[in-house]
Amino acid sequence: MYDVIVIGAGAVGSATARELSRYSGKFLVLEAEEDVCSGTTKANSAIVHAGYDAVPGSKKALYNVRGSEMMEDLSKELDFAYKRIGSLVICRKDQDRSVLEKLLEQGKKNGVRDLRIIERDEIVSMEPNIDDDVVCALYAPTAAIVCPFGMCIAFAENAADNGVEFAFNSGVKQIKKADGHFVIETEKGVFEAKAVVNAAGVYSDVLHNQVSEKKLHITPRKGEYELFDRADGDFVHHTIFQLPSALGKGILVTPTVHGNLLLGPTAEDIENKEGTNTTADGLSQVEKMAALSVKNIPYRDVITSFAGLRAHEDGGDFIIGECEDCEGFFDAAGIESPGLSSAPAIGADLAQMVAEKLSLKKNESFNGTRKGILDPKKLSIEERNELIKKNPAYGQIICRCESVTAGEIIDAITRTLGAKSLDGIKRRTRAGMGRCQAGFCTPRQMDLLEKYAHLTPEEVTKSGGDSVLVFGKTK
Amino acid sequence: MENYDLVIVGGGPAGLAAAISARKEGIQSILVLERDDRLGGILNQCIHNGFGLHTFNEELTGPEYAGRFITQLLDEKIEYRLNTMVMDISHDRVVTAMNSRDGMFQIQAKAVVLAMGCRERSRGALNIPGYRPAGIYTAGCAQRLVNMEGQMPGKKVVILGSGDIGLIMARRMTLEGAKVEVVAELMPYSGGLKRNIVQCLDDFGIPLKLSHTVVNIEGKKRVEAVTIAEVGPDRKPVPGTEERYECDTLLLSCGLLPENELSKACGVELSRVTNGPVVNDSLETSVPGVFACGNVLHVHDLVDFVSMEAKNAGHYAAAFIKNGEETGERIIDMVCDGKVRYTVPQMIRPDDMEETLTVRFRVANVYKNASIVVKAAGKELVRRKKQIMAPGEMEQVVLKKADLASADRVDIGIEEA
Amino acid sequence: MEERHLTCINCPMGCALTVTLDNGEVVSVTGNTCKRGEIYGRKEVTNPTRIVTSTVAVDGGKDAVVAVKTASDIPKGKMFDIVNALKGVRVKSPVHIGDVIVKDVCGTGVDIIATRED
Repeated sequence: MYDVIVIGAGAVGSATARELSRYSGKFLVLEAEEDVCSGTTKANSAIVHAGYDAVPGSKKALYNVRGSEMMEDLSKELDFAYKRIGSLVICRKDQDRSVLEKLLEQGKKNGVRDLRIIERDEIVSMEPNIDDDVVCALYAPTAAIVCPFGMCIAFAENAADNGVEFAFNSGVKQIKKADGHFVIETEKGVFEAKAVVNAAGVYSDVLHNQVSEKKLHITPRKGEYELFDRADGDFVHHTIFQLPSALGKGILVTPTVHGNLLLGPTAEDIENKEGTNTTADGLSQVEKMAALSVKNIPYRDVITSFAGLRAHEDGGDFIIGECEDCEGFFDAAGIESPGLSSAPAIGADLAQMVAEKLSLKKNESFNGTRKGILDPKKLSIEERNELIKKNPAYGQIICRCESVTAGEIIDAITRTLGAKSLDGIKRRTRAGMGRCQAGFCTPRQMDLLEKYAHLTPEEVTKSGGDSVLVFGKTK
Repeated sequence: MENYDLVIVGGGPAGLAAAISARKEGIQSILVLERDDRLGGILNQCIHNGFGLHTFNEELTGPEYAGRFITQLLDEKIEYRLNTMVMDISHDRVVTAMNSRDGMFQIQAKAVVLAMGCRERSRGALNIPGYRPAGIYTAGCAQRLVNMEGQMPGKKVVILGSGDIGLIMARRMTLEGAKVEVVAELMPYSGGLKRNIVQCLDDFGIPLKLSHTVVNIEGKKRVEAVTIAEVGPDRKPVPGTEERYECDTLLLSCGLLPENELSKACGVELSRVTNGPVVNDSLETSVPGVFACGNVLHVHDLVDFVSMEAKNAGHYAAAFIKNGEETGERIIDMVCDGKVRYTVPQMIRPDDMEETLTVRFRVANVYKNASIVVKAAGKELVRRKKQIMAPGEMEQVVLKKADLASADRVDIGIEEA
Repeated sequence: MEERHLTCINCPMGCALTVTLDNGEVVSVTGNTCKRGEIYGRKEVTNPTRIVTSTVAVDGGKDAVVAVKTASDIPKGKMFDIVNALKGVRVKSPVHIGDVIVKDVCGTGVDIIATRED
């Protein structure tokens, strides 16, 4: 019997697990996919919103502002990439300036610091590629960008290092409450727990509805993106939003923490909770809309496109906390934007609620710091040579586009909750995320997975399950 | 800091030929840096035959062709380092490289030859909509898996793009027991050699659909189906022409891109057309003492032409090492009419050039019974009629120094009948 | 009289050839633009041949497989037979370019030789 089972190893589930590990108890995270960070957390805008968007008093406003304030310190404690670059919400000459003013007021009410409206001259000095028709903007200096993979993986690793168990490929089929505890039937067997945290992303309504009469309904809201070569990382210097509409914050243009340029997302409500396919219409909409923010977009440098699903609940707000009619069942449901920004705060809050419920004691041996995978690019030549002397694998480049060495990949595979697939390696090291999109390094990464994850070539996958790369030997 | 007269970045066909040529010109201190675990570059995985007709008068396979140059390099005792990645080339020719044995090291070179080759256009760069499952490979990646690793990357295959590597892989995988359903080509003509269309597709009854592209990829984990559709003259899919193929693999053979990230960081000016460095008649880039040849300069159709070009690059690099920077001031441009898409070189120094200069170029479309016309200083220097010219094939003309003495530009174009 | 339709492979023209045969004898080649087309058309209908390139498993080498080819042209119809004959062939490193891997493959009188060092 576990004290707590967290369902879902995305940003919210992992943050919750890490916060739970501050307490003594037996904790398990169940994840349907083969790795952490495999759902909504892996395909989003990678933005830490300042917090002016959400309606004052909403859970979104509360957790966004709080999460955004926690993020910088966390990025140091847990060693993930985070950059405070500031954001702009632009207003074009044919648009209503009062909307910006309303946003400014809303932001102030939500407790967002240093917000101000700036005029075209200042915008142009900050963003030379801004579109000619942009007249003013709401500038939020506290907005930031983050590596969502880095953040989620850091939470999960740190949780695991502090004793939380993780079970992958363990999609939940059925939850029942019996004799005051939960019985959870999964693809990998049955688990029991005193309390459950539902952080199942687009499936959180399905799980919730199995134990509660107060039904939730989540619509997967698809967002399509285009990612550009790192050569274009300085095309813009801030996250540039458009005036918000009914469907969300519109198409943004932003640099990523790794220096790529990112455009997106669209917002399309769909039925299929697995519908992460891009569409010709969606991608052309991304390009059409982004052109309203900036000019001279270097389209020939697109290196990939992708789609993510936001878990939009009919009520429009996050659903956080213990289920009204099912004691011990805690929801983190309807986590759409600003979910990534809010994840640290949601995790902290939920863990505290659960701990109080179960009267968990403090975990005296909790260690909240975690060292990420070493990035040799940040070392001097001398330091790098020392490293290579100690471990020659750091002298062997595997992914040439992103200059990722065998040393980093081996670390990614062999560390706590290590990578088991190409995508797992990619999210941890960026190998294969560059301009050739793993055209050159796929066979080399396969060799490393065979050797260090002890797989046969036919067992190596792109992302677990049936995503095999080869079907056996020739002839 | 180590010192070498000549550092060559890349040990594929271009780097090998440049090194051998510079040695023959008397340069003793040469170092070839190769990122792979052997010399020869991508030729090692091109195990089909058809290489070397121009150079050796016989048809060799890729590794055999590379082998001939490797043997010469070894005979000349030219130094090389394998598994070595060049990380940076500075404007004043300090090359920073790294391998497991030597760590990170720097070399001051008197001259540098860029011979890094090219990469394949990926699914992302093509912006094909759909899911992102396993089973989408560039043709070259599949070629490596089959021909080096001995692994089958697919059993039921759709190929997008009729570039030569894609055609070659259609045959290779068919002979290994896979079923290649169709090859779709966006353009109304194939970029591949006729010989490959006949011997790699027709021989095995594999259909080639011109003016078609992939409009959807299905399969969450592994490719399950690919939908192709006909494209109109604007190269946009025509609704209603979709055909769905159940398959487990999509191979992409949609063009090659010179790999110039190092060149860019070095300050080398690049051409928007070739994606390679802009060079003058001595294949020197905009950075003095930095030369370029092979597929990093512009994508070639035949490796024989790579070897010839690289031989020249080695020759000019050697001259630079011996004589220092050329003093010539006057530079004239090669001006293309659009039907000629680009030339290499793009610039000529009429006072310093050698007596003759081979200018290589590609055309923008298929032209039948048209003439290549070169004019300078009001004079027609070349008029050569060709039965056919196609974008997939490189063309060349030879210019004479004597003809360019008073020219302020050279115009090259295609005149249609 | 029998007509066979081919695409000439000698240049990008890709002339559509029509070869007319009478009892297996070539009567005429039409559709070609140059002499090479006629030669190709005649050969392709009477005695089509190909070089087969493939790989065989290698033990102890750098790669899992070593590249091989038929030392000279073989009849086109034997391509699959030859590839099938290479199934199960294993060689030991070192292998050098030109080494004979299989002698007289499928009774063609042609050897399979290595084309890559391993």
